[in-house]
Amino acid sequence: MLHATFSASQKTIELSFGKTGMATNSNNQNDTGSSLLGLFRRPEAGAAAGFVLIFIFFSYFGWDKNFLTPLGSSTWLNFASKVGIIAIPIGFLMIAGELDISIGALIPAGGIVLAMGVELYGLNIWLAVLLSFAVAGFIGFINGMIVTRTKVPSLIVTLATLFVIAGLNAYVSKQLAGTTQHSLQDVGVVSEFLMGDYHTFLIGEGDAALTVFKSLQSSFFIWLIFAAVCFYVLHVSPWGNWIFALGGDQESARNAGIPTSRLKIALFMLSAMAAALVGMTEAVLANTASTTTQFGMIFNSIICVVVGGVLLTGGFGTVTGTVFGTLTFGIVFQGINFTTFDKDLNMLFIGVLLLVAVLMNDSFRNWATRASTSKKK
Amino acid sequence: MSDKKVVIELRNVDKSFGPIDVLHNINLKVREGEVLCLLGDNGAGKSTLIKTLAGVHQPTRGEILLDGKSVTFDRPKQAQEMGIATVHQFGGTFPLMSIGRSFFAGVEPTKGWGPFKVFDRKTANEIAVKAVQDFGITRIDDGDRLVGGLSGGERQSLAIARAVHFGARVLILDEPTAALGVKQAAHVLRIVNEAKRRGLAVIFITHQVMHAMAVGDHFAVLIRGAIAADFGRGEKTREEIADLMAGGENMAELEASIKV
Repeated sequence: MLHATFSASQKTIELSFGKTGMATNSNNQNDTGSSLLGLFRRPEAGAAAGFVLIFIFFSYFGWDKNFLTPLGSSTWLNFASKVGIIAIPIGFLMIAGELDISIGALIPAGGIVLAMGVELYGLNIWLAVLLSFAVAGFIGFINGMIVTRTKVPSLIVTLATLFVIAGLNAYVSKQLAGTTQHSLQDVGVVSEFLMGDYHTFLIGEGDAALTVFKSLQSSFFIWLIFAAVCFYVLHVSPWGNWIFALGGDQESARNAGIPTSRLKIALFMLSAMAAALVGMTEAVLANTASTTTQFGMIFNSIICVVVGGVLLTGGFGTVTGTVFGTLTFGIVFQGINFTTFDKDLNMLFIGVLLLVAVLMNDSFRNWATRASTSKKK
Repeated sequence: MSDKKVVIELRNVDKSFGPIDVLHNINLKVREGEVLCLLGDNGAGKSTLIKTLAGVHQPTRGEILLDGKSVTFDRPKQAQEMGIATVHQFGGTFPLMSIGRSFFAGVEPTKGWGPFKVFDRKTANEIAVKAVQDFGITRIDDGDRLVGGLSGGERQSLAIARAVHFGARVLILDEPTAALGVKQAAHVLRIVNEAKRRGLAVIFITHQVMHAMAVGDHFAVLIRGAIAADFGRGEKTREEIADLMAGGENMAELEASIKV
């Protein structure tokens, strides 16, 4: 009798399948309806829309103070590029369900290792760059090892290493060089050009010249290339799938054969090396390197990532979104100087921006999992 | 029925954690194309038993035979490679990934050359959708949809289809119908029947006697780590099974004592 009840319910299901069953094999055709829906399904669409709104807003209010001119744009693009280089790997980590705040001390570490390598030990600039990457990579490796071995939240682990590295920066600097301010003289045309110079591109000559960009720092171009590479890694290559799976459900990811610990360690190494890279570009540009810990960059990079639509809980995010988030953040942070608003208001702007972004991301998450009857994790 | 080939067998398996004995003298056989329903109350040792089968734990005594040959699994991965797949409740799928990406997590199909490998989204989506549709879930037709947007039954079905696609011969389903509605549960039971039809050996863990009776060929009841009953389809009534699952107590009496 029981069995009969079951097969009856089975039949009803088969009937309801019959109605929708015709959709089979039509999945290759992309009608406009589904691609439009697909656009709204993407959180970077929200980040892009936010960017456009903020851009229009500041273009209007900053018009009189040349916000839109090439030189004006360079102001916030240069600022954004430094946060942006760090924000992308931080975004990777956040997608994988982790956080790295030790970058605040790794930025100066990258700079002073380079400066000391060249000035104190007479290393070739590129050798010093490699050394700086190696030191940062090693610290990232330590971060990753502690996080994967102990299961202590990465926020706490990297908070600890933040202070450890900050302390080492100052101590080692004073022991080796007797100062916390290192000078780094110009070390060659190529390295200056690639790592720390201002670039201007004009079409034509004289007064009629069309300025494509003016006074953009090398770090901006590094950011563009780095973003393209990271886009490939996260969205095109198979490794991106591993990162998403890691943040989605670590246990299932391990069961599926993904080397979760090694992947996490690699991500920590990437964020540490990205931070060191920013430190190096700053040192080459300014010809000095300081041991001052950049606490601001910790918050800035996290804000960029969240405004870019990466979920704080992990499992979702895009490189494109992070780039838009960084641009938006750059405009708000620097753009206030081009308007008549009080400069103190920029923090308030950023706070509101962050809040709006978090709420939007949260609704996205709910929307995406709405039809599911799964338990909320 | 009994002329079918035995795929996996437990012979006199004991498992203890230090001084605590969890499983005593377990003997079980699962044949191809057969569903073994593993029944038992909470704490009866069901989880330990399936973890032993899946290579998470190693038996303290006794042996596991796969195709008649004695095997030992040092790691879950080894069991997986030999075709023993465990599907947990909602396990194996990632809510915020697309169906195609989730299906191929860890074994991504790629195209391109050298280090410039490209995740082959189109192929992944096609294979994933086809694998799920072959199991009768025709509502899934777009591999780009997020897994989180599927119903619980569909997610469970996706996980089972995934395990079968990657060569599972023994399918361990850990309470796949718990927390599902009536219709969703029927979905999953249909998938279980389909897996059985394809000749897989299925171990189905459940609390619900109804669900067990709908698909089971063979039933084993665990009470305090030992097999208290082992019987075939139609040999016992629903009431008798329920009594066994409650640890041998009379459910009718228990139910009567609840009523005021």
